[in-house]
Amino acid sequence: MTTGNNAGPPSNRTFLGMPQPADPLRWGPSFPDAARRELGNDQLRRNLGHATSTIRAKRAKVVGEVPDWEALRDAGSALKAQVMDRLPELLEELERNVTARGGVVHWARDAAEANRIVAGLVQEAGTDEVVKVKSMATQEIGLNEALEAEGIHATETDLAELIVQLADDMPSHILVPAIHRNRAEIREIFLDNMGDAPPDLTDVPRELAMAARAHLRRKFLSAKVAVSGANFAVAETGTLSVVESEGNGRMCLTLPETLITVMGIEKLIPRFTDLEVFLQLLPRSSTGERMNPYTSMWTGVTPGDGPSEFHLVLLDNGRTRVLADEVGRSALHCIRCSACLNVCPVYERVGGHAYGSVYPGPIGAILTPQLTGESSDLPYASTLCGACYEVCPVKIDIPSILVDLRAREVESGSAGRGWGAAMKTASTMMSDGGRFRRAARLGRAGRILGGRGGVISRLPGPGAAWTASRDLPLPPKRTFRDWWAAHEREKTGERAGDDRPRPGDGAEPR
Amino acid sequence: MTTARDEILGRVRAALATGTAGPAAASSTGTPAGSTTTSTVPREYRESGEHGAGSAHVLDLLVDRLEDYKAQVHRVSAAEVSATLRRLAATLSDRDHVPERVESTGSGAVPRPDTAERASGAPGVVVVPAGLAAEWVTAMSDGGVDVVVDPPGAPLTPSDLDRAAGVVTAARVAVAETGTIVLDSGADQGRRAISLVPDVHICVVRADQVVQTVPEAVRRLAHHPDRPLTWISGPSATSDIELNRVEGVHGPRTLQVVLVG
Repeated sequence: MTTGNNAGPPSNRTFLGMPQPADPLRWGPSFPDAARRELGNDQLRRNLGHATSTIRAKRAKVVGEVPDWEALRDAGSALKAQVMDRLPELLEELERNVTARGGVVHWARDAAEANRIVAGLVQEAGTDEVVKVKSMATQEIGLNEALEAEGIHATETDLAELIVQLADDMPSHILVPAIHRNRAEIREIFLDNMGDAPPDLTDVPRELAMAARAHLRRKFLSAKVAVSGANFAVAETGTLSVVESEGNGRMCLTLPETLITVMGIEKLIPRFTDLEVFLQLLPRSSTGERMNPYTSMWTGVTPGDGPSEFHLVLLDNGRTRVLADEVGRSALHCIRCSACLNVCPVYERVGGHAYGSVYPGPIGAILTPQLTGESSDLPYASTLCGACYEVCPVKIDIPSILVDLRAREVESGSAGRGWGAAMKTASTMMSDGGRFRRAARLGRAGRILGGRGGVISRLPGPGAAWTASRDLPLPPKRTFRDWWAAHEREKTGERAGDDRPRPGDGAEPR
Repeated sequence: MTTARDEILGRVRAALATGTAGPAAASSTGTPAGSTTTSTVPREYRESGEHGAGSAHVLDLLVDRLEDYKAQVHRVSAAEVSATLRRLAATLSDRDHVPERVESTGSGAVPRPDTAERASGAPGVVVVPAGLAAEWVTAMSDGGVDVVVDPPGAPLTPSDLDRAAGVVTAARVAVAETGTIVLDSGADQGRRAISLVPDVHICVVRADQVVQTVPEAVRRLAHHPDRPLTWISGPSATSDIELNRVEGVHGPRTLQVVLVG
């Protein structure tokens, strides 16, 4: 990795971004194919390894400071379960309170409807430019592309989103969308695409941040309309909240005349004081800080302070489908901290783009297939090691949901890739002692396929499906059954010359 | 015609009617299924700290946390506040204190006549909310600082604020454990924009406003939940480049905390 001063003329190197997909929840090749491609990218793996190990250490330190962390997790988990149970009444309560305070509430069944609503509101405000606060909901519905089609330009103001937007790339992480870029790459992207980047820009992170500050300040001061997401919405009071670091959120939420917030219907919390739980869980889990630099809360419109118009767009877009699943619905408890991505051994190696969704990593592997309702191989993008559950601030049991989704893939017959046939063969073989013995012996022949390191990396024939994504350990020189038979004979004074047990000699392990 | 609202609420009700029927939800997610959860949110976490608001321990902790996130802290007695503000505000007149400025020429951002000359002609102006303690304002003015009050009903424009060197506000509550200061737009704190756009934020926090834990602060704020709230923990920062924290992006790059008592 390049460090320190690296000033010089911009290179001609072009950073190939992930092209904008038609559907932000379903793009690119299958996970196994995408993973194979990404694993070949050494730079990506170095960038991810560095970033995720940094954040893991920071999170562990600040979580360790909190004596009642587990109690907070329990409260957060129970609160979110309560929200799901009471969702209809809480949504109506939120709508009532936002409206009473001068806000306007809109409802969107799907992405297209949400995009139409936002585009219409921007046009009503008489502008063709909006500034945006980083938001997963607007990523999920492809808002920027939909606005562009209506002649409206949306400027991402979060630093990482800006990097992704300037590189015409897709985000690869929920919290840090440009986590796949290192400082040298970011410098190149700024020099090539920002337009007003200082020519002597170095790759020192502070300088890069200052370039973004200068680039965006004029836009903030003159913007008429801002679009944001929301981290929490309090049903009891109609209060919306955005948790951020840079101050770009405060700029967007405060300076323009019109604010449009797009929020998934699951982002509710019942009472204002419930914020005391989530404002402790979220920052420590996500950026590994005791508290993020800025959190804004607003309730409708406040005369003389901030936007004079506030619109809240409540988005379904598959969430009610997730809610209908009694096992999978807890995926809706997610507060988008991204701790599960940072601890996942699979994510750390393949990166976010391999998941083909704006929601990557363990939470994406359970959320994406449920939101789309379509067959997916994402539930297999996990080793089921359980690290994601350990760090989840609202205790979503991601491994159990993954197993449940896998079972459903198998039941629906869409697991594919010879999985069903392989399982049937295994079942036939293992249900009969004689068959298993013969198969185990046959396995020894597999030793001739072995490469260096004692593994088989490619099986011939139908077995190729298994080794396409795994190495197979070499079968042992001697099976356990053979060893046991010989051992028993030695004990009874027999010579171990013939290791073939006689039928009915009692040498079968019990 | 079915509205989107009716349809979504209908889908939610249908989803819950089918979803809570089975026992699987309870066993596999670790949370009880059904409406029983309504009354069973466990609140075993600390609802308050072991140290009282404004106690020596809590103040020391706040200072430690603020400095850890690169805020500058000045501990003073009540009698020293005016002089401290005068001294800190005076340093803002020095242009070197503000590393770089972006000239604003956006339309609709033309300063109004009564502030234009001062705001644009004197980069050292310090903005204050209308309700800031009069003695502090007087002390700064007497010390040669060009103080501009953000007048209610005729507020400074974003460009005015962008040209200001800094802002002085009071606060509503502070959380020691997280190094957080919360503004609730009270008269001595002003509207949100004035503590956002200027590059230096000088914030006066009284000892009795400092609580140990987040729940204590939220419960104080719950008296007026509808006020616009800004939680501030250090100067603006980003972790977007290789997940390393860099202080100073769009919000004030310098946060000075005057802790009283």
